[in-house]
Amino acid sequence: MQVNNDFQPVIVAFCCNWCSYAGADLSGTNRLNYPANVKIIRVPCSCRVNPMFILRAFQKGADGVIICGCHPGDCHYTSGNYYTRRRITLLYSMLDFLGIERNRTRLEWVSAAEGAKFAAVMNSFVDEVKKLGPNRRLEDLRCRKQ
Amino acid sequence: MQRIGVFVCHCGTNIAATVDVKAVAEALSHEPGVVISQDYQYMCSESGQDLVKNAIKEHKLTGVVVCSCSPRMHENTFRKAAASVGLNPYLVEIANIREQCSWIHKDIASATDKAVILGKAAVAKVHLNAPLTAGESPVVKRALVIGGGIAGIQTALDIAEAGFDVDIVEKEPTIGGKMAQIDKTFPTLDCAACILTPKMVEAAQNEHITIHSFSEVSDVKGFVGNFTVTIKKKARYVDETKCTGCGLCTEKCPMKKVPNEFNMGLDNRTAVYIPFAQAVPKVATIDPNYCMMLKNGKCGICSKVCSVGAIDYKQTDRFIEQKYGAIVVATGFNPIKPDKYNEFAYSICPDVVTSLELERLMNAAGPNGGTLLRPSDKTHPHTIVFVQCVGSRCDDEKGKPYCSKICCMYTAKHAMLIREKYPDTEVYVFYIDVRTPGKNFDEFYRRAVEQYGVHYIKGMVGKVMPRSDGKIDVQASDLLSNEQLHINADMVVLATAIEPDKTARPLATMLTTQMDTNDFFTEAHPKLRPVESATAGIILSGACQGPKDIPETVAQASAAAAKAIGLLVKNSITCNPCVAHSDELMCNGCSSCEKVCPYGAITYQDKEFRMPDRTTAVRRVASVNPAVCQGCGACTVACPSGAMDLNGFSNSQIMAEVDAICK
Repeated sequence: MQVNNDFQPVIVAFCCNWCSYAGADLSGTNRLNYPANVKIIRVPCSCRVNPMFILRAFQKGADGVIICGCHPGDCHYTSGNYYTRRRITLLYSMLDFLGIERNRTRLEWVSAAEGAKFAAVMNSFVDEVKKLGPNRRLEDLRCRKQ
Repeated sequence: MQRIGVFVCHCGTNIAATVDVKAVAEALSHEPGVVISQDYQYMCSESGQDLVKNAIKEHKLTGVVVCSCSPRMHENTFRKAAASVGLNPYLVEIANIREQCSWIHKDIASATDKAVILGKAAVAKVHLNAPLTAGESPVVKRALVIGGGIAGIQTALDIAEAGFDVDIVEKEPTIGGKMAQIDKTFPTLDCAACILTPKMVEAAQNEHITIHSFSEVSDVKGFVGNFTVTIKKKARYVDETKCTGCGLCTEKCPMKKVPNEFNMGLDNRTAVYIPFAQAVPKVATIDPNYCMMLKNGKCGICSKVCSVGAIDYKQTDRFIEQKYGAIVVATGFNPIKPDKYNEFAYSICPDVVTSLELERLMNAAGPNGGTLLRPSDKTHPHTIVFVQCVGSRCDDEKGKPYCSKICCMYTAKHAMLIREKYPDTEVYVFYIDVRTPGKNFDEFYRRAVEQYGVHYIKGMVGKVMPRSDGKIDVQASDLLSNEQLHINADMVVLATAIEPDKTARPLATMLTTQMDTNDFFTEAHPKLRPVESATAGIILSGACQGPKDIPETVAQASAAAAKAIGLLVKNSITCNPCVAHSDELMCNGCSSCEKVCPYGAITYQDKEFRMPDRTTAVRRVASVNPAVCQGCGACTVACPSGAMDLNGFSNSQIMAEVDAICK
């Protein structure tokens, strides 16, 4: 596939407050670079991420959505990330049904100690979305920038 | 109509170097509802906060957005500032343009664009923020100290001194940690055991301190002031309450060939053992890997000789659950194994030892009763070579990038002690730099050189080769004279790097605290909050946070205790008002939310509703107990009718952020 190097994807990252948001902060503290395409939204737990939010992001023109939570078993709220895992699995099959590349949505576990992992995950996700190109199928044309 | 103020912080040059802060303030001033948009050098300083407070008063703001560092850092600062001038603190939002923008991006244009977008998202969110009132939650008046080395012991003693109950969880059969293995301490050459063991006894006898030895933390739940911790008391096959520590079982045990961990494997112990004479608690432990009774059911001698019947071969791991208000981490360090360094021949030559092994060889309670003898042939060594920085300050993957801090000083101590006791022994120390910052440290090192005649050579040891005659050929370069040296040594001592204990990383995950890439716990602020972690209620003590010598460890341990006491004296702490709530008119009573709630915070009630036709109907609806709800939001997604929402992170707020980012 032709990779368009000028394409700057819009990437929404949902990070849980306890692990992944702190992991993102740590990658900043350690000055580990990842592309500016990634914009983080803080949520208390990955289980706060309603699949509706993900679809809304795609509708509004996001090219990729990544959800980061605590590692399985380490959720600050005991079991929230298990719900997330199930919900995202269901969302994947819905996205498959709709014909949308499931690689545009990713679920990752990043702990508060994994600043390096956070940066690595973001770098790989941005690369992947760049390869996929702009999100066209789910984008609501009424929301397109003029 | 909303009146929103935007305040963009330069953070000196931390933000301003990569983000055009003036452009960000200008761009955000055009956002709907924004009536004032300013930038300032240090928004968290008093004058910066005054700027925010004055703007709130002057412009009658209904919402504040601060574009600055992480909300984990200063959200509370600005919330308090807002509250002090009468604005509800939950009407303040932080856009993280430092940790998640200026520090990770190098290109000014893209970093500025991103900062504007993050600012817009925060403005969009703050439009929908509702004033919230925080409730109070009681503080459990008990502290947990994880790790029973000198750090943990000192912290526990200080907390107990203030009158609070404290539990020490120690994974080994005895408390004491690494300091118990050390012979003498620098720079005063005090006997380590003489200053440590009274503290161990004090901890054991203190009515406020409970020691869980041979135990591990297996689970941590809850939050500051109210942690629930599961402690795994590993099976030691000896009833702690009955064992008197007489040691008869260790004398009679026929399995005598177990490497003795306390003496770094330089001699042997029995399968049932007490680590050392001053162990606390002085209780025997059976090693199931070696005990013949536990392995194949044949022996049982210890059980026969025990006069109090303390031996229990059927003992299993026990789990106890306890509530704590504060948790202090004091998991300490370990010296690395230098077996990856083939050039030092550690794994093939018994006379190449690490510094901690030398410590045991020289210790009066060690394998040789304090006489320094070569491990191979038990002869007195006449030439000893010390190699500094083994695994410290290393660029390669074998070692650690940091300076282990204590090695220069303990090597000077070893050299001095050897020269004093055995004046006929020549001592060479190969170093990269000698680092002696500390009270009386440099004087101590100079004494080793000038008074005791230790040969300090700036240079690297290239190869250590054991010879067939028992001697060790040490090849090194002297960097100052640029000569190649060959030293015919009897013993080589490696000052190995120290690393955090292996249990630290899984523990950090359980506690949801941050660690650096070397697995040292990260402090909340490197300068101003050096003993707390960024997670409220988790406090750091000793070498788990970074390499430290004993006085520094004790100082940090007392500081950690002060932080824990500061928390425990409070009767209650303000709890999080960002909890779920249900819209009774939308709720259809389906129970989806109740099933996913990990706290059992949701109950159902029958409520009477007025219908449009003016009749009344009774419906079953959900209600959330705000004192129990922790605000994870699982229920908000589970709710099929959209009745459940979360304060501070409502559906509409998150949607607004998504829209602002994607626009």
